[in-house]
Parts: sequence; structure tokens; C-alpha cells
Amino acid sequence: MTLQALLIALVLIVVIFHAHLGLFSGMTLIERRVLAFMQFRLGPNRTGPFGLLQPVADGIKLFFKEEVMPEGANKFGFFLAPMVAIVCAFSAMAVIPYGPAFHLPSFGFMPEWLRGRLITPQIADLEIGLLFIFAVNAVGVYAIVMAGWAANNKFSLLGGLRSSAQMFSYELALGLSWVGIIMLAGSFKVGDIVEAQAGPIWKWNLFMQFPAFVVYLIAGTAEVSRLPFDLPEGETELVAGFHTEYSSMKFALIQMAEYVNMITVAVLVALLFLGGWHLGLGFAAPPLVGFLAFLAKVGAILFFFIWLRGTLPRFRYDQLMDFGWKILIPIAAINILVTAGLVAFLGQR
Amino acid sequence: MIDVILFYVFAAFTLVSALVVAGQRNPTYSAFSLIVTFCSLSAIYGLLGSPFIAALQVIVYAGAIMVLFLFVLMLLNVKEESEAPRKALAGAGGVLVLLFVVQVASALLKADVFHAPPGYEASTVGMAQLLFSSRFLYVFEATSILILSALVGAVVLAKKDL
Repeated sequence: MTLQALLIALVLIVVIFHAHLGLFSGMTLIERRVLAFMQFRLGPNRTGPFGLLQPVADGIKLFFKEEVMPEGANKFGFFLAPMVAIVCAFSAMAVIPYGPAFHLPSFGFMPEWLRGRLITPQIADLEIGLLFIFAVNAVGVYAIVMAGWAANNKFSLLGGLRSSAQMFSYELALGLSWVGIIMLAGSFKVGDIVEAQAGPIWKWNLFMQFPAFVVYLIAGTAEVSRLPFDLPEGETELVAGFHTEYSSMKFALIQMAEYVNMITVAVLVALLFLGGWHLGLGFAAPPLVGFLAFLAKVGAILFFFIWLRGTLPRFRYDQLMDFGWKILIPIAAINILVTAGLVAFLGQR
Repeated sequence: MIDVILFYVFAAFTLVSALVVAGQRNPTYSAFSLIVTFCSLSAIYGLLGSPFIAALQVIVYAGAIMVLFLFVLMLLNVKEESEAPRKALAGAGGVLVLLFVVQVASALLKADVFHAPPGYEASTVGMAQLLFSSRFLYVFEATSILILSALVGAVVLAKKDL
């Protein structure tokens, strides 16, 4: 890797990382406002115009809160869990392309090698892209398990137990739902899968792989423990589940990891199933239009997550397990068989 | 250069965490350090130019299997092992371990571990071609039967009235 490529990668890392952070703090406000709107309340609207400064106020408050270390807690695990959570949440973004490749404009002040250079807004284009995301997700589960176990609190432990069972069950369905689209694109790279959906709108995996789309959306919601799958932290049963004992910035880190994971799932739905930056009109849009379409799709999925939270009650535990093992996994498996047969007889696409 | 440094870092991680797995009395610590072992092994696979195996190592071993381990450990709330006074057995075990180390070391010294087998191309496809060629296919399939027999044995032991 040349120094120039390294510099560009560094800039990309900083930009994408901070875009995620900004989207996270924005989401905390948007979620509360939208939920309030759905429940005929006002929501936070006192701090700044429309309550826009609420995330800043929350951040300052969390920084100055007292750190409480519960008695009898395992100190090492208690410290490590939020770090593992945040590292795994942010690692997934390394292989995701956040828009179409574009040429930089040429301005006089720019060095020669930067003018008109083709930039892909992706940090690392790994051969195993989707598998990497899957692996990072799999390790992220341990943050929850560790947090629940280390706090020496029965609610935390119950939350950790529930989440390990839930993640394990729904990870299977999630992985299986990807197999169909990987076969159609013939590649693990997220960028290749997006490019395979170019062309008219029925080329999108939403239509080509509708069962996989449904399974992934449900399993993805379960992976990030959003309602109706928020059993690991069901507040009416377990206080706050695995993060009951966390306070101050450690609590903020765990929250941040959850929101970043949710954003990652939304980005993946947009890229893998909704055509990413393709408009579905049969011609290639200019990069900026494509990027805006991609953002709109991500925003729609994020709104859908909030909408779910405002609408659905929580699953019962046995319903959750039945649903995962007896409905989602068979649907995903049948989808794989049918897709494999079609790919074998008709070829990819 | 940086490859070599990273290799030694991850090799040290793997060895130390594997020692912790065996030496730790608290089973939950053992399980967590086993996860560290798997993850650093995966990093070594990645350094060897095999990202596919690296991802599978994390997904299957560190992801799926260890979650089940931890689930059982937390569900049963296993306490720390108490010291078992079995000096004679420990001595015999030590002798066996020593013999095993000598055997593995002699096998490794005889074999050429620093070069890939002939015809190996450092990629996932190359590895699969080598593995499913007539040279290794029998060993590969035999291993899977070995694992299957272990599975059947575990079921028979756990469910006596099957």
C-alpha cells in the first residue's frame, strides 16, 4: 500500500467514524421525538430549537455522572465488556461501502495525485466482506454476555443468558438469509452485491430474494435487540437487563454500541436488498444522486426500526425461540435450496 | 517485516491465552480466554493469506460454539474447581504430556513445516483444490467421520435411555 492510499484510508476512517458518531447522537434524539409523536406526546423539545441540543446535553450529563462499581463485580470483565461492545460495533463499518465510487474534483490547491482521483468510500475491500461483518457480530455477543456475567446481579445475568440464547438462534437465520444473495452475486464483497443489483428495480434483492429480505430484516432486528426482540434488556422484567449495573460513560458506550449496530443493520439492508446507491431506473445515476438515494434508504429503514418500537409488544421467551428455530430458519433454508436450483439451471441473474 | 512482528504478537497471545485456559480454576475465565485463543489464531490464519479460514474460525469456534459453552456455564453457575488431592495421577499425566510433547516435536522436526506442500496456491480456492484432491480427500473425510463418532458418543453418554 502506498503512502497516498494509506492517507486516503486514514481520512476515510476518520470521516466514516465521525459520521457514525453523529448519526448515533442524532438517532437518540430522532428516536425519542418520533416515538413521542407516535404516542401523542411532545418528546424532548426544550434544549435548543426543536430539542436539537438534547444529545449534547445528554452527553455532558453522562460524562459528569458518578461511576458506580457494584460490590462483588468482576472488575476486569466489567471494564472490558463496554470496550468489546464498542470495538465490535465500529469494526463492522470497515468493509462497508458507503456510496458509489466517485472522482474527486480538481482544484488548484490540491496536490497532483489527488486531482480527479477515483475514491471508493470504503475503508477496506476485503475478499470476505460479509463474512467479516458476520464474524465481528459474533464476537460482539460476548460483550453482552460478559457484561451480564461480570456485574454480579441476577437481572444482569438473566439478561446476558437471554441474549446469548437469542443471538445464537437468530445469528443462524441471519447467516442463512445472506447465502441466497451471495449466490446471486457470486461474491462476498458488499460492493459486488450492490453492483449485481444494478438495472431496473426488479433486479433489487428485495424482489429477487424476498424471503431472504424478510428473514434478514427480522433476524437483524433480533441481533440488535430492538423491540419486539428486546428481551435481553426488557425493562418491565429485568430492570435494564445486562446493563442494569452500568452507569456514566460505560453506560453511554453500551448504548452507543447498540445504536451503531442498528445503523449497521440498516445500512446493510439498504445495500444488500434495496439496491444500495442504485435508483432502480435502469441507468447509472451520478454519484451524488446515488449517495443521496442510499442515505434515504438507510433513513427509511431506521425509521422502520423506530416505528416497530412504537407499535409492537415484546415477544414471550418461548415464542421467540419457536419463531427463530421453527419459522425463520426453515424459510431461509428453503430459500437457499430454491435459489441454488435456479442459479444452477439459469445461471447468476 | 510487519507481518513477522504481527505473527509473533498473535502467536504470543494464542499461547498465553491457551495456557490460561488450561491453568485457570474458574471455568468462566477459561471460556473467555479460549475465545481470545480462537480470535488470535484467526489473526494468524489471516496473516498466512487465508482470510476465509480466518473468518470461519471466528464465526464457528469463537462465535457459535463458545456462546453455547458460556451459556451452559452461566446457566449452571459453575463454581471454581476445588483442589483434588491426586498426586499419583498428576504424575502419570505429567509423564504422558512429556511423551506427547516429545512425539509432536520429533514429528515437527522431521516434517518440513516452513514450506507449503507442492502445488499449493495461497488462496481459498487453492486450499480447497489441494484438500479435495485425491491426495488428501481420504484423510479429510476420515476426520469428519471421527468427529461424527465423537458426536454420537456424546449423545449416547448424555441420553442413557435413548
